[in-house]
Amino acid sequence: MSLAEKYPKEVKQILAKYPPEHKRSAVMPLLYLAQREEGYITKAAMQDIARMLDITETDVASIVGFYTLYHDKKEGKYRMQVCTDLPCALRGAEEFLNNLCGNLGIKVGETTADGLITLEAVTCLAACDKAPMFQTQGPDGIKYHEHMTVDKTLELIEALKKSTAEAK
Amino acid sequence: MAHVLLRHRDIPDIHKLEIYKKNGGFEAFKNAVTKMKPNEVTDVVKNSGLRGRGGAGFPTGMKWSFIDNKNWPHYVVANADESEPGTFKDREIMEGNPFQFLEGVAIASYAVGANAAYVYLRGEFWQIAAFLDEKIAEMEEAGYLGKNLFGTDYSLKIYTHLGAGAYICGEETALLESLEGKRGQPRVRPPFPPSYGLYGKPTIVNNVETLTNVPMILANGAEWYKSMGTADSPGVKIFSLSGRVRKPGNYELPFGTTFRELIYTHGGGVQDSRKVKAIMPAGASSSLILVNDDKILDTPMDYASVRTIGSDLGSASVIVVDDTVSMDWLINKTVHFFRHESCGKCTTCREGTYWMSHLTERIHEGRATRADVDLLLNVAKQMQGKCLCALGEFSTMAVVTGIERFRSDFEKVVKA
Repeated sequence: MSLAEKYPKEVKQILAKYPPEHKRSAVMPLLYLAQREEGYITKAAMQDIARMLDITETDVASIVGFYTLYHDKKEGKYRMQVCTDLPCALRGAEEFLNNLCGNLGIKVGETTADGLITLEAVTCLAACDKAPMFQTQGPDGIKYHEHMTVDKTLELIEALKKSTAEAK
Repeated sequence: MAHVLLRHRDIPDIHKLEIYKKNGGFEAFKNAVTKMKPNEVTDVVKNSGLRGRGGAGFPTGMKWSFIDNKNWPHYVVANADESEPGTFKDREIMEGNPFQFLEGVAIASYAVGANAAYVYLRGEFWQIAAFLDEKIAEMEEAGYLGKNLFGTDYSLKIYTHLGAGAYICGEETALLESLEGKRGQPRVRPPFPPSYGLYGKPTIVNNVETLTNVPMILANGAEWYKSMGTADSPGVKIFSLSGRVRKPGNYELPFGTTFRELIYTHGGGVQDSRKVKAIMPAGASSSLILVNDDKILDTPMDYASVRTIGSDLGSASVIVVDDTVSMDWLINKTVHFFRHESCGKCTTCREGTYWMSHLTERIHEGRATRADVDLLLNVAKQMQGKCLCALGEFSTMAVVTGIERFRSDFEKVVKA
């Protein structure tokens, strides 16, 4: 099913934001829409968006490849993106991330065995005064989690596990 | 003193339309549209001495006056891409005092004759974009946005647009490329956006904090604004304080406030009562200020004064580095940031940040000799002045000043 068939209201709203002769501008919001359910963008979705905007599939792929919040392969349902940039690192972010890896039994870039969490180290998220912090990127968009500890993070993961199980 | 920008700290619920209106909200916009010519609005902003808050400090009114009136339509784009490590001020404005920011966008749009404005937010500000969409809808409902505003023939729509994780999109021409649905890579300038911007049309790109000043300047006048701050840098600034301080956070203060007051009075001093070793006043892009003399802390934070101690105020994201930190670790951090964020368009930055990262890693891991430190310094200096945009330049700042001003830190980690 094409994006326009699946999300007619959203696609219409997105296209209305830009002058019709410059509809290419809609590529970024459309990619977020395409990524909503599975957490990554399929080749078919890229073809679909390219057709909708009269651009080439290569154009769309180059956008997906350039920006870090678009993904082209399936990983964890939630991406846990811990900021380890300079200001956060000065406030214990690296230690936090190392301890979290130890607790989850995975390395940065890996996914938990149940497919729920992919752990990533990312650059500045504009929350330098609230480190350690991370964002979760998942089906419900992007959420910030600030002033975090390993215990609070494990609680959050339990809650995500529970809501995922209930949804099934 | 009452806040000019972070007014939500004084007025609870100012993010609600009724409360914002009760506190003079939208009066400046209405007055501008119904009683002033666009160039008169620009003149007030020009006379206030307001300078861009995104980092470059370019005079805002002057930028507006550069708009090309022979080419139409015009656009205004608010730069809410806030991505400099150490900067987290625009986020607080949009979350706490969204209408004042949006009124600033509206006034700027009227001043330059734009009927459409875009707020370009970094992708991580997903929730803030949804919040702003609600606020924009409320403004449309109340007649502050839409067709024939206040009974005139002026019309305006504001739209939000989310980026997707790229520091480079804070650079205004990269931002415009991104908004056009392309990879966020800077354009060759000139032409500058006021003559060739979004879709090739004249466009004014201003930072969120810059625009949030505008309604207050129109409401209270240029003279009122100039009564705060210094002659060189009038008005107030939000200083994002981070790093090894007890109370990190945003502090809205007049330009000319000293580093000492920010760090010790507002920030509660250094963690564990350590000493300040270095200050990065403009986030990861800073030239490192060496604090070897206590008097350095008495330097006023304004554009001109910070230059006299070998740095730049930039976006005023003040990262405090204490004496437990070694500079080989610090520059390894900043260089990896820039290597990751380099857009790859110009060779100098793409290759330069790559090779610098190899050297900073080798040095930090204790595998380097003194010659490697000199080589790193050489690579950084060779990059300077040869990059397409400021990102490449920024990547060299901490490296050059780190090595030149903190040489002994490197002597300790190299092999004999």
